[in-house]
Amino acid sequence: MSEYIIKNGHVFDPVQGIKGDKKDIAIKDGKIVDKVGSGAKVIDASGKTVMAGAVEIHAHIAGPKVNLGRIYRPEDKLFSCTPTKGMERMGGGASIPTTFKTGYEYAKMGYTTAMEAAMPPMFSRHVHEEIRDTPIIDEGAFPVFGNNWFVLEYLKNHEIENTAAYIAWMLRVTKGYAVKVVNPGGTEAWAWGLNCLSVNDPVPYFDITPAEIVKGLIEANEYLGLPHSMHIHPNNLGNPGCYQTTLDTLALAKGMKANNKFGRETVMHLTHSQFHSYKGTNWGDFESGAKEITDYVNQNKNITIDTGNVTLDETTTMTADGPFEHHLTGLNNLKWANCDVELETAAGVVPYIYSPNISVCAIQWAIGMEIPLMMKDPMRCYITTDHPNAGPFTRYPRVIKWLMSKKARDTQINAFKHKDKVLSQTSIGSIDKELSLYELAQMTRAGPARTLGLANMCGGLKPGMDADVAVYNFNPDKPVANPDDIETAFSRCAYTFKSGVEVVRNGEIVNNGHKRTLWVNVKVNDNPQVMRDINEKFIKYYSMTQNNYEALGHHFVPNPYALEVDATHV
Amino acid sequence: METVTITMKNPPALYLEADNVSPDAFAGKTEAQIAELSVHEGNTTTTLGKYFEVSGNAGATAADTKIIVKGDVKKVKYLGFKMSAGELVIEGSTDLYVGAWMTGGKLLAKGNVEGFAATAMKGGELIIEGNAGNYLGAAYRGDWRGMSGGKILVKGNAGSDVGMYMTGGEMVINGNVDVHLMTHAEGGKTIVKGNASSKVGGQMVDGTIYIFGSIDTMMPGFKPKGEVELEVDGVKATFAHYIGDMGERHKKRKGAIVYANLYKKI
Ligand SMILES: [Zn+2]
Repeated sequence: MSEYIIKNGHVFDPVQGIKGDKKDIAIKDGKIVDKVGSGAKVIDASGKTVMAGAVEIHAHIAGPKVNLGRIYRPEDKLFSCTPTKGMERMGGGASIPTTFKTGYEYAKMGYTTAMEAAMPPMFSRHVHEEIRDTPIIDEGAFPVFGNNWFVLEYLKNHEIENTAAYIAWMLRVTKGYAVKVVNPGGTEAWAWGLNCLSVNDPVPYFDITPAEIVKGLIEANEYLGLPHSMHIHPNNLGNPGCYQTTLDTLALAKGMKANNKFGRETVMHLTHSQFHSYKGTNWGDFESGAKEITDYVNQNKNITIDTGNVTLDETTTMTADGPFEHHLTGLNNLKWANCDVELETAAGVVPYIYSPNISVCAIQWAIGMEIPLMMKDPMRCYITTDHPNAGPFTRYPRVIKWLMSKKARDTQINAFKHKDKVLSQTSIGSIDKELSLYELAQMTRAGPARTLGLANMCGGLKPGMDADVAVYNFNPDKPVANPDDIETAFSRCAYTFKSGVEVVRNGEIVNNGHKRTLWVNVKVNDNPQVMRDINEKFIKYYSMTQNNYEALGHHFVPNPYALEVDATHV
Repeated sequence: METVTITMKNPPALYLEADNVSPDAFAGKTEAQIAELSVHEGNTTTTLGKYFEVSGNAGATAADTKIIVKGDVKKVKYLGFKMSAGELVIEGSTDLYVGAWMTGGKLLAKGNVEGFAATAMKGGELIIEGNAGNYLGAAYRGDWRGMSGGKILVKGNAGSDVGMYMTGGEMVINGNVDVHLMTHAEGGKTIVKGNASSKVGGQMVDGTIYIFGSIDTMMPGFKPKGEVELEVDGVKATFAHYIGDMGERHKKRKGAIVYANLYKKI
């Protein structure tokens, strides 16, 4: 494999504490190394910013609900198609890009690893077929557990060992990466036309509450010692006053300690926190609860969050929170699709326009800004748009511009039709903080990598780590003349390296890389009861056999990378 | 105003997507530069000059530019695509998406046009002297934003799904229309001087339809509200008034419930 030396760039690497020093980064055989031979290809990065490849902790980029969005929104591709060009296949889609466009766009922005945030287990084969067809970036997928019949039945009796054995089985057959929870209990209730809007609402017919599901899944997660923590989209998303439900959910992690060999220190990841930080009692007195949420997370170090920034675009919402999507279509009257997945989960899809002329949308934008600016530890707060829910991931450069420049935020605030309402219902106007490049590297690289249990592999530039490197046309020594220059710089990398392969040069794809599927292989003690339960449920309830269930082999997972976990000792 | 005439000399084997034939795309260009504008035949991108003889230079702006399209353009799509000003005259009949996404200017089609003319039109004026195809002034596939402004006049008949998801603007059809007139509409006005087939105004939430002739079968979701004297497009007459679609959601405007209105000449 080729050797490279990236010379004289301003390096930002929280893993090694490097804050913009001029340093050379050497690459050999796919890894970062101390030094390379004189024959190494030299990349001149003088006057540029060098970071590790970015790590996406939460996006909806592969699988049945993403594809449902693509199928029922032909208009999303209308003016967003790009023809075949050089190494690139044709692509299309603005908020729900094709698989190929997804891989290219991430790589061009310097992202090299991404997590699909909600995999319906029964459709894991579809998820993996799309992951396979998404070039360059390493990907993992989180199967959803929060409304799964097995989990509900085991946890109502607090059977942690059985829950853990079931999780281990599920991660193996679906080639899954982590335990995802979406509206715990609420999506199952949705099958009966109901919902669970607080952590204590009983789940119909299961005699269990969301609180018991969440606590039980954290315990099972730590019993196994998985790389990632339990990853949650709490109950009551997106409603005025929901911040209280969020605080109740966060409190469930109280006293819980991380147990794993991957360097992860936290037990709960609260995703798209913007959607869960609303105060007020209706859309008229709607206001920000960002302070309450970030105060709590700042104080409780076993929790991490991501932002879910509203980007003020037309987009497509999609979530395994089926009842929420039904609620949303009632608010905006746009088309709705729902998909129930037998014993496991459900999903809804609704287009949405975050208009800067609507005060609620503008306030949502402001809350998404407040959260990362109020978080004291950037290693525990990650930038996302909950793609495509709050906006497409292709808008990360714009989000970065707003976070790095108060001037850019003020320009946006002044452009809002209901500017006064934004200023009175949030504290965005009084926040002067501008994110530094080091903090940006924490929020988009080192932080998410650590929380995903990938700290030894990616998110940093320490020798021995995978050579995932992004070089941006951004000179930190020069004052920013125009905040738009930040957006331009982070939109298209000068160079991106994935596992030591130069995949992007001058913002263009030059190599399709060797994409891997990341999954977690857990060894557990034999558990005949759980195996018998699985067999019985397949015979009794599932519309398919186990033979058609597992995502296995070259067709689905052509280039797997398993993180091995041994939980047989417990 | 400068006039550019483009004449079909070398007809395409496949359908030609000529999305650059608009005053906006021509503006500020010479005859030779216009001939170099791209067009797509199948999956091949070539130049306008390969098919058309171009004569005349464009004006400095779209508003100063008039285009006359001559010859057989029955296999040409997207004439007047996204035009915002100026004039476009098509002397014969043409294919899909005439004046689609247009926001201004004046487009005159002297022959027939195929489907999706004036898709999501926002402004300007479209006159079709022959017949129009299906989905005139409708939304793009999957979209919920049809014609929102401007004026359309069809001197002949129009096809099905005219004004689907229409939200504004005005259409006059001198002849007949086929099924599904103004389905899902949330605004705008359509006047049909001839007859309408069935399913008129299905799932319509707002907007107005006038039918001078007959309606094959009324939608059950429309409720009679009596008779009214109206002057419509210069014609004074008595109309039967219906509101609907009662099976749909209903918006409120200034405290009052909004319905779509359907007037049928008696
Ligand atoms: Zn999500």
